[in-house]
Amino acid sequence: MTANLTTILSSKTKQVEIYRSRPTVMIGERINPTGRKKVLAALQAGDFDIVRQDAISQVAAGAVVLDVNAGVPGADEPALLKKLMQMVMEVTDVPLCIDTADPEALAAALSVYEGKPLVNSVNGEERALSAVLPLVKEYGAAVIALCMDDDGIPETPEKRLAVAGKIIERAGKLGIPPEDVVVDPLALTMGAESNAGRIALETTALVVKEFGVNVTMGASNISFGLPDRKYINSTFIAMAIHAGLTCPITNPMVSEVMLAVLAADLAMGRDEYAMNWIKAYRARNKK
Amino acid sequence: MSRLYERLSTAVLEGDAEKSPKLVQRALDNGLGPKEILDNGLVPGMNEVGVRFKRGDMFVPEVLMSADAMKEGLELLRPYLAAAGAKLIGKIVMGTVKGDLHDIGKNLVGMMCEGAGFEVINLGFNVEPEKFVEAIKEHQPDIVGMSALLTTTMRSMGYAIKAIEEAGLRDQVKIMIGGAPVDAPFADRIGADGYGSNGPAGADLAKQFVGA
Ligand code: B12
Repeated sequence: MTANLTTILSSKTKQVEIYRSRPTVMIGERINPTGRKKVLAALQAGDFDIVRQDAISQVAAGAVVLDVNAGVPGADEPALLKKLMQMVMEVTDVPLCIDTADPEALAAALSVYEGKPLVNSVNGEERALSAVLPLVKEYGAAVIALCMDDDGIPETPEKRLAVAGKIIERAGKLGIPPEDVVVDPLALTMGAESNAGRIALETTALVVKEFGVNVTMGASNISFGLPDRKYINSTFIAMAIHAGLTCPITNPMVSEVMLAVLAADLAMGRDEYAMNWIKAYRARNKK
Repeated sequence: MSRLYERLSTAVLEGDAEKSPKLVQRALDNGLGPKEILDNGLVPGMNEVGVRFKRGDMFVPEVLMSADAMKEGLELLRPYLAAAGAKLIGKIVMGTVKGDLHDIGKNLVGMMCEGAGFEVINLGFNVEPEKFVEAIKEHQPDIVGMSALLTTTMRSMGYAIKAIEEAGLRDQVKIMIGGAPVDAPFADRIGADGYGSNGPAGADLAKQFVGA
């Protein structure tokens, strides 16, 4: 097994270290209008209260990093993304994960960020590699590498591993060290493809064994289109943590998922004296 | 006889891809017309799937199984439909636009259009604007159907329409679009001719386009 690498992210005042023997780092997914009609409508109306609220409550629920996405159809994404980030930085002090498919918006966001953010994301497509990686290097950020490329999303863990390897190598050529590449094995929808979960888990294990890098996942996708999603999500996230997931992008306000993460950390020996588990229990039962 | 139609509908609804062609065969053996089998058996089954999915009573894996059952039945039926001279009322080229891999809904709409009497050429998913252009040149369809399920790929529909315009083919086809984030005002904005919210609506729209 390769040595486990440490990814460091920071805000102006706070540093977060991600590595395999510490508790799982929750990246809060809620600041994202995609598929959230209420947020979309609020942003379109220029109402940002919901964003501030989402930032505060996710951190209170245990998010250590916050994902910020400004994908509003028809909006000026660079401007909106900057605005959302500023909003979030006003009310919280956690590092941010800058979530955009638009290189121009990414550049704008990086230019105003103070600290070391996580960029979400690059993939193995030639166009993405050459647009995103130089920005990541220029601003000294870390980056999420999606295991897909010009040929689409590979169906086997081995092929996904190969895409991860290609991205890590290309990053290395620009001087981005492997510890600053966080791999996303892609947890697709089990509702459309029953093997989607298994493939994500096996890819995770392969990537960890081969490269020792940190692993993230949009860990709620897995249950799209199915009923009782939270039970699927919480079981899957625990299994993924065992496989090597270190920093899931998920909704920390779903208590089933949060509890599964805490229990998985405990089972993995990453919660000394079970202090996190006990603390969370007290917090839950205080009200 | 109506019992047989009902059982066929149920087979589609339950996603039984083995039973569905068997029942189609039985119906044919009983002398029922291929068009009637389609209209009274397969299509109502699929319609009900759409209703239940929307209501949250059916889930994606079940929708996929139903689509499969419909497809198996339709495949067996197709040569009989052709032989019976069930005339095709038009031709549709259909695809999910560039950057988008969601093809379940588009395939359903395609099937409903086939059910309504269209020949459907399915371009698959992640279809580049130029691919639409080439397909129009090659197949000379009456209608082009585009699907997008992501807010980030909606605009690909506009690009595809622009490419069709630039190729000088826009007047030759009607364009209909659909997919969860899409609506009628958006269709207007990007210069499509219409929007359909589900399979039956898509088929109705297509019929309207060809005046059937
Ligand atoms: C299955 C699925 C997938 C599968 C698709 C498999 C396949 N072969 O199609 C996979 C795993 C690949 C997938 C991937 C992703 N997905 Co997805 N996926 C879904 C899911 C669960 C179901 C879609 C579906 O098939 N519905 C069933 C069919 C019957 O309905 P439909 O597609 O809406 O189609 C109907 C109508 O819209 C209409 N229609 C559709 N097309 C057309 C065309 C015409 C001409 C007409 C008239 C009508 C019409 O008629 C259809 C029949 O009634 C939806 C959530 C949901 N419950 O809808 C998310 C969803 C669409 N996915 C989503 C996301 C974010 C993704 C990913 C980005 C996730 C990720 N981070 O990995 C990727 C993107 C990949 C890509 N580049 O496309 C989001 C989209 C959010 C947004 N607004 O942008 C959704 C809404 C989930 C969510 N709530 O966040 N996904």
